[in-house]
Amino acid sequence: MHHNKHIQKMQPRIKPKPSNLQNTKYRTSIGDRFQNYLGLHAHALFSSLGRLLKTPFTSMITIIVLAITISLATGFYVLLINVEQFSDKLESSHYISLFLKHDINDADGLKLAEQIQKSAAVKTVKLVTKTTALEEFKHFSGIGESLNILDKNPLPTVIQVLPTNIFEDSVEVQQLIDALGRLDEVELVQMDMRWVQRLQSIVDLAKRGVFLLSIVLSLAVLFIMGNTIRLELENRRDEVLIAKLVGATYAFIQRPFLYTGFWFGGFAGLSAWIIVSLILLGLQEPIEHLSLLYDGKFTVLFLSVSESLILLFVASILGVTGAWIVLHYQLRQMTLE
Amino acid sequence: MLIFDKVTKNYQNTGDVLQNISFQMLRGEMAFLTGHSGAGKSTLLKLIAIMEYCTRGQVLLNGRNLNHAKEHHIPYIRRKLGLIFQDYKLLQDRTVFDNVALPLIISGYGNQEVKRRVRASLDKVGLLGKEKKYPFSLSGGEQQRVGIARAVVNKPSLIIADEPTGSLDPELSSEVMHLFEQFQQVGVTVLIATHDINLINRLGYRVLTLDHGQLVVS
Ligand SMILES: Nc1ncnc2c1ncn2[C@@H]1O[C@H](COP(=O)(O)OP(=O)(O)O)[C@@H](O)[C@H]1O
Ligand SMILES: [Mg+2]
Repeated sequence: MHHNKHIQKMQPRIKPKPSNLQNTKYRTSIGDRFQNYLGLHAHALFSSLGRLLKTPFTSMITIIVLAITISLATGFYVLLINVEQFSDKLESSHYISLFLKHDINDADGLKLAEQIQKSAAVKTVKLVTKTTALEEFKHFSGIGESLNILDKNPLPTVIQVLPTNIFEDSVEVQQLIDALGRLDEVELVQMDMRWVQRLQSIVDLAKRGVFLLSIVLSLAVLFIMGNTIRLELENRRDEVLIAKLVGATYAFIQRPFLYTGFWFGGFAGLSAWIIVSLILLGLQEPIEHLSLLYDGKFTVLFLSVSESLILLFVASILGVTGAWIVLHYQLRQMTLE
Repeated sequence: MLIFDKVTKNYQNTGDVLQNISFQMLRGEMAFLTGHSGAGKSTLLKLIAIMEYCTRGQVLLNGRNLNHAKEHHIPYIRRKLGLIFQDYKLLQDRTVFDNVALPLIISGYGNQEVKRRVRASLDKVGLLGKEKKYPFSLSGGEQQRVGIARAVVNKPSLIIADEPTGSLDPELSSEVMHLFEQFQQVGVTVLIATHDINLINRLGYRVLTLDHGQLVVS
């Protein structure tokens, strides 16, 4: 039969290529195709933005919900880097304080300090002579004048010793403390590093907590985003189904929705950045005022440029991912009727 | 071109909707698919558009077994089909131009080529000049012609239409049918599901009649 022969000829598989290549291959170069492809992306990028702006109120609500979720994680992170900075600044508390006996004068104190400095377990030594101690005390206590009635300086010479390894090897520090305590000149050894260590371990714990919290909040972002895209998909059901029927690939159908996820995520990240920065701005003055009372070493740390970029990047990626997960499952299930 | 080979379609809740259907269509042939409501016409067309898969037997399109078409090949197979529906399935929030351009954009054509082809296609169905209109502002007959323009804009080798004149009056119906004849004359294969017996008889093309899922030999 004639048509059978014809069918035999058609037997080679239809190549998975656009069907009308035969009509266009002389006109459409690879460069043009690439340009068309880029055009499709650009179109999807801006049309999804346009769509988002078309319903400003609903978009806004979604973005705010996302932004609050993201700013929770970001806020805890910023809190943490600030606390960590605080504990680093508290290096002074890592000092071992040696209160020398009363009959030790400033010159002997200096000699002793130099001697201690030679030990490998010691990083730096600071000498606070009787005179300077008194002056500082006068200055800070605010009762300077009344101290003049004392005919003898009641304050001891103090040597502050910063151990080489403050955390890594507490046995070594303990040995150093013991050795310093055995010195004849020393009246009292004091080191309250336990609370510094405690703070450090709290920070470590909090870091883990923030990490886990971030995972949970990221999941929340994925779910919120996914649900938003699911609704959007439902609203544009006809469009999706018709596109599918006239030969759209999943990639083509997904593209605008993925860009929607990108925009939502990006805007939410930006909003979260603004929320966190505003909160920090609000706290900056009282915190720095407070820190003045503690040597004024503490300044509020904001998100750095790279951290801000990472925030935006992660937020956009979460948006796209949330959209993608829903699209992956929903698109394949959508059929006419 | 198109071969149905002992095709049975079973729906779990309705049973065998198509039973042991076998027929072939040659390239450039035009045929009507008819039968009572619920006979299985739409189901048969859905098998060709890979909106459904047959339960037994095979559907071959250009020698390719559609049951074995890989998911990522399906879009490319559909691009060779022109699908037309009773309810037109136009995007109401897009202009006539955008509706017709959709298959071309999907296939990755450039702007110039899209414009050229959309114009040509609209010209063929007599709607040139209505590019900027929205479907809801057009009459039923015009909307169906937009649907047809969209179906043929990609130059398909097979057009399948499911009750394309179902919601049109007799005069518009024959206009639409005339369009199909024109496509057939330039070598396109056309399969139209309809129960408009008058029209079928008047035009005198091949008729495939379905009765409760079975092909009636005439
Ligand atoms: N998705 C489906 N699931 C179950 N039964 C279906 C489905 N689609 C159609 N049917 C049944 O198949 C039969 C044929 O339907 P259809 O092909 O639409 O007939 P026609 O188009 O000839 O009116 C009907 O009895 C209908 O109820
Ligand atoms: Mg039907």
